Amino acid sequence: MTAGETVLAVRDLAKHFPLHDALGRRKGELRALDGVSFDVREGEILGIVGESGCGKSTLGKTLMGLHPATGGRVDFEGRDLVGLSKGAYRRIRSRLQYVYQDPGASLDPRWKIASSLAEPLVVHRPDMSKAQRAEAVRAAIRSVGLPEGHLGLFPHELSGGQQRRVGLARILTLHPKVLILDEPTSGLDVSVQATILKLLQGLRAEYGLTYLFISHDLAVVRMLCDRVAVMYLGKIVEIGPTERIFADPRHPYTRSLLAAIPEPGGRRITEDFALKGEPPNPASLPSGCRFRTRCDWAADRCAAEEPLLRDIDGGRFSACHFAETLDER
Amino acid sequence: MSGFARILRKIAEDRVALIGLVLIVLLVLVALFAPLLATHPEDVWEIHPELRLLPPSAEHLFGTDRMGGDIYSRILFGARLTIVIGVVAVGASLLIGVPIGLLAAFYANWFGDLLMRISDVFLAVPQVILAIAIAQTLGPSLPNVILALSLTYWPWFTRLVYAETKRLQNEVFIEATEALGASPWRLIVLHILPNISSAIIVRISLGMGFTILTAAALGFLGLGAQPPVPEWGRMVAESREFLPMAWWYALAPGLAIFLVVMGFNLLGDGLRDVLDPRLRKSPGRRAAAAVRRGS
Repeated sequence: MTAGETVLAVRDLAKHFPLHDALGRRKGELRALDGVSFDVREGEILGIVGESGCGKSTLGKTLMGLHPATGGRVDFEGRDLVGLSKGAYRRIRSRLQYVYQDPGASLDPRWKIASSLAEPLVVHRPDMSKAQRAEAVRAAIRSVGLPEGHLGLFPHELSGGQQRRVGLARILTLHPKVLILDEPTSGLDVSVQATILKLLQGLRAEYGLTYLFISHDLAVVRMLCDRVAVMYLGKIVEIGPTERIFADPRHPYTRSLLAAIPEPGGRRITEDFALKGEPPNPASLPSGCRFRTRCDWAADRCAAEEPLLRDIDGGRFSACHFAETLDER
Repeated sequence: MSGFARILRKIAEDRVALIGLVLIVLLVLVALFAPLLATHPEDVWEIHPELRLLPPSAEHLFGTDRMGGDIYSRILFGARLTIVIGVVAVGASLLIGVPIGLLAAFYANWFGDLLMRISDVFLAVPQVILAIAIAQTLGPSLPNVILALSLTYWPWFTRLVYAETKRLQNEVFIEATEALGASPWRLIVLHILPNISSAIIVRISLGMGFTILTAAALGFLGLGAQPPVPEWGRMVAESREFLPMAWWYALAPGLAIFLVVMGFNLLGDGLRDVLDPRLRKSPGRRAAAAVRRGS
């Protein structure tokens, strides 16, 4: 595990979307992020996993300032990003970049690859000359393993996998520090997934990048990430080193998630490990622990008192009252 | 420019759009070379009472009007007015409507809402009636007709640009470019406008036809150019009382208006087929186009 300095510190980050009824009156709020705290260390890959709708993508977009946060703070390079003006955020974005689920879709269909790749530099590096920019663009497309001849093509003339590479190259031209990757492998067949993951690992080494890897694909997360944060309904329920979480999960929700990974020759998903029902409506959360309605371990205390993230075994945190004694019940 | 050549080739393949294009090119040529093509160019201003209401002949191809003017020559010079009306009115609507639509889409707050409600007010009143009211208030003249048309047509551009920009703002590449740190100005000029330009071009072509037709209607009602200016709508209006004895009098300007408006509408439809990728993909539309082409 890479143990670098903290580059991105998130504290009590909240994002609430107001809900309106048919007449436009406010009738409540959807707590997409409800007090999320974690650190990202230099050079590591931190995986963010959870069911769809748990707030993974909202987390990424809120960190990027695409959604303004409702509360909390995000420390990055000595500044609190929450509440930063749009102009100031724009400058931060050269260091903190968001990679869309399909980076290929982030290319303007009417722009040639060369122009799309040069655009981040035009925006953030007005000091560069045209020739320097062209050189940086060529370096970027080489680093994602595409020939320079592709620079003269339009996005629709590339394959899906090539588009993704170009999308990545576009972000790398700025030499960012932290990349937020939002489901970078979903919708790809396994062989392409593998090449993209290899590419991501190679680029991290080459450019000294730190990744926040948002995914619901636990197999990929297990292979790639140094640490994992498990999210449930806008909160982190467990966070820690990947191998410890996968070997010995200390939150009932993590247990059910991991039990859902199909393994060749592994044990089948049995009744007592399957997740019961649907997650509750995030607009009307249960009292206490928000997982208790689906939890086999739920006790009276879970309804009365919301469990907080606490250190279980030196470096791994779980938000369950019974984290240490899950096996005994 | 290969894109332009591609569009021209596609239009050439679509027989109906090609007819529209040919009609419009003809209109432009006629307007440009009116002094050369006209047999009696002086008849735009002069009157010859002894020659009034002559039927078509070799000397007067489309006959003569109530002042003895050669209708053929007057139609040719009228083409210039038609182009000026269409270009100036649609151009002004474009300059008013597009920025308002962009602003409304980018400022999704009370300001954007206000802009869109103002454009709704203009759309709520039928355009001809509003244009009549404006032209009547300002006094009948050609510049006032153009002004009235500009003031009533811009909301169509606003609505179109607003809807297209809103659609684009949901596209990943626009959000991604914003996430990259591009300024709103850069986003609008370099990403949004080029991507909605085809829809605007289609609307310009349809708008030319509509504006010319409305201008003719206002001319017919006596609100536009005053005699002896050879404005087509005005010529149709003059011919009314002579319809029983001089059928050719109404025929020529009426046909001219019809052909030009049809030309712009056919070209607009053809351009939509060629330029709009969403419609290009729709199989029903493509089948219809194939049937039209007879393939």
